Amino acid sequence: MRSEPKSSAETIVEVQNLAKQFGAFKAVAGISFAVRRGEIFGFLGPNGAGKSTTIRMLCGLLAPTSGSGRVAGFDIVREAEKIKTRIGYMSQKFSLYDELTVEENIDFYSGIYRLAKGKKIERKEWVLTMAGLRDHRNARTAELSGGWKQRLALGCAVLHEPPVLFLDEPTSGVDPNSRRQFWDLIYELSAHGVTVFVTTHYMEESEYCDRLGVIYRGELIALGTPRALKTEHMQEAVLEIECERPNDAMELVERLPEIKEAALFGKGLHAVARSADATPAIKAIQAALSGTGFHATKVERITPTLEDVFVSLIEARDRAEAPQTEVLR
Amino acid sequence: MKLRRLWAVARKESLHVRRDPRSLVLALGIPMLMLLMFGYALTLDVDHVPFVVWDQSGTPQSRDLLARFTASRYFDFRGAVGNYRGLEQAIDRRDADLGLIIPPEFARDLDAGRAAALQAVLDGSDSNTASIILGYTQGIATGYNQGVMLAQIRRATGTSPPTALDLRTRIWFNPDLESRNFIVPGIMAVIMGLIAALLTSLTIAREWERGTMEQLISTPVRPAELILGKLLPYLGIGMLDMVIAVLMAVFLFHVPLRGSIALLFFVAGVFMVGTLAQGILISTLARQQLLASQVAMISTFLPAFLLSGFAFAIGNMPAAVQVITYIVPARYFVAFVKGIFLRGVGVSTLWPEILFLVVFALVVAGASIVFTAKKLR
Repeated sequence: MRSEPKSSAETIVEVQNLAKQFGAFKAVAGISFAVRRGEIFGFLGPNGAGKSTTIRMLCGLLAPTSGSGRVAGFDIVREAEKIKTRIGYMSQKFSLYDELTVEENIDFYSGIYRLAKGKKIERKEWVLTMAGLRDHRNARTAELSGGWKQRLALGCAVLHEPPVLFLDEPTSGVDPNSRRQFWDLIYELSAHGVTVFVTTHYMEESEYCDRLGVIYRGELIALGTPRALKTEHMQEAVLEIECERPNDAMELVERLPEIKEAALFGKGLHAVARSADATPAIKAIQAALSGTGFHATKVERITPTLEDVFVSLIEARDRAEAPQTEVLR
Repeated sequence: MKLRRLWAVARKESLHVRRDPRSLVLALGIPMLMLLMFGYALTLDVDHVPFVVWDQSGTPQSRDLLARFTASRYFDFRGAVGNYRGLEQAIDRRDADLGLIIPPEFARDLDAGRAAALQAVLDGSDSNTASIILGYTQGIATGYNQGVMLAQIRRATGTSPPTALDLRTRIWFNPDLESRNFIVPGIMAVIMGLIAALLTSLTIAREWERGTMEQLISTPVRPAELILGKLLPYLGIGMLDMVIAVLMAVFLFHVPLRGSIALLFFVAGVFMVGTLAQGILISTLARQQLLASQVAMISTFLPAFLLSGFAFAIGNMPAAVQVITYIVPARYFVAFVKGIFLRGVGVSTLWPEILFLVVFALVVAGASIVFTAKKLR
């Protein structure tokens, strides 16, 4: 899109000790990270972890309580209005005008971004094509399906071809097919050099990101490529178990001394061993499930999924924090 | 400030109005309805006062006195009663506001040259109306006394006595003293203020409630572009309301329009900008539609209705309240509209009012721009 030099090492978003406090509630508790130009950077975390608060501070919509940051070369505290000319933002809630038509919404935002006349027509056609709304340009936005609304909102957010795009849970409430289409668009933008900062709580979506930050209770608890997260943050062996009555089996497996934790996964179970060596854990599970009619058809070591990593990271965090609160009391 | 962005906001806002015909109907219908209601119902004139009589005299003299009441357009004869109880009931039931009691010795006293008693019983529950009725009754009594006196002097001297004081009144601006002439221009000003603030009080709060504001503040749009862009379409609606109100005043209520129509609309526009901006300011600070519309209503209608001098003379208010009226923009607009309509005066007389309205518009519009923070809370 923009003809700016594309250098993979160039940092376009960076924050240091960024924090936001609402009254007594620490929404974001001092996080630091950097995003490189052209990257798809995912922010993964459960609801209320501080994803939206972070993205709003980066867009200049919310003043941080402390810490600093730069987006597209501008300071997020002092130059928020300059940042706004260089970014596209899509909030969690659909935020175009329902009673306006598709075309009127696009026209409104191209007016706000002051696109030149020729550019305005070109970009409008681009958005309509991209969103698949060529035949619905005169439809009221309220009548569009979720997927269409999302693509239209994306289109309006990138009308002015911003180098950085912030998407706050862009695909929540959208069917899987539309979600897939939406990610194709994100890839396309990224291929043109746009940096995409996206928050999500969908595991499969985070696999699409170049790099991931895992945020939990306002803190960044892991940062890296999906691959690195799966290998580096997960030293213990992960086992997949296929058996009957997985619910009951889970209770049994969880109590084994060789097993750290177990969780339902698909039709079976995933269990995390206490060590990197899977053999003792496999033996223990097979022994435990043999006599009781679970008909375990498969107990073997697998590469952990992001969900395994995510669950394990969060549980480790909870365990680390529990003694502290104990002491405080 | 970029006109392109201002224009985009104005266009979008007018689309909202067009897509919501109900609000447009309300914006144009409410002023008409209120003007009709106040124009017809809120009259301070008292005439056709219903009255009953307990005539115990039943003589040509008592009937002559009664004829003076029935002949006046200020009184409506509602019948004779046979006793005091009947008169009481007529007033209790509100069939009559006035009861006259003529005693049996009325004609005898009159003929003997003694003062003949006439009792008037008034319903004082509406003190203002009662004092006006009292004035009318005293007027008739005075006229009657004068007639009797003149007749006696003429009989005794054969000539009419010279008149000592010849009072010639001339009432300017509203010669018939029709209260409608004075209420309609006033209520026009009150309604315009209310409607203007109500129209805009929802605009910013609605964007906050729907989440569209979050998108808008992530763009480079400037507060001034946003506020002025939103103001423009509503100024159009407000001026349309003003045209309707002026037409109704002139053609329906026959209020004389003596001053410059161009000046009337120019200053109405200035007043409207100030009040529309007041609505936007409230909307910006409240960020909730319900709260914003209530604050807008109370902060415009109450002072405009009570403190603008549109119906209640400011000079009669306690000094502390009079001081407050100086910051009520409606006070200046009411004075201006009455000046244009009834007195036909221009800028040379009305400049203080115009100046205040200009300053008010600038200050409030400025404040609404300053308080439009492009930040979430």
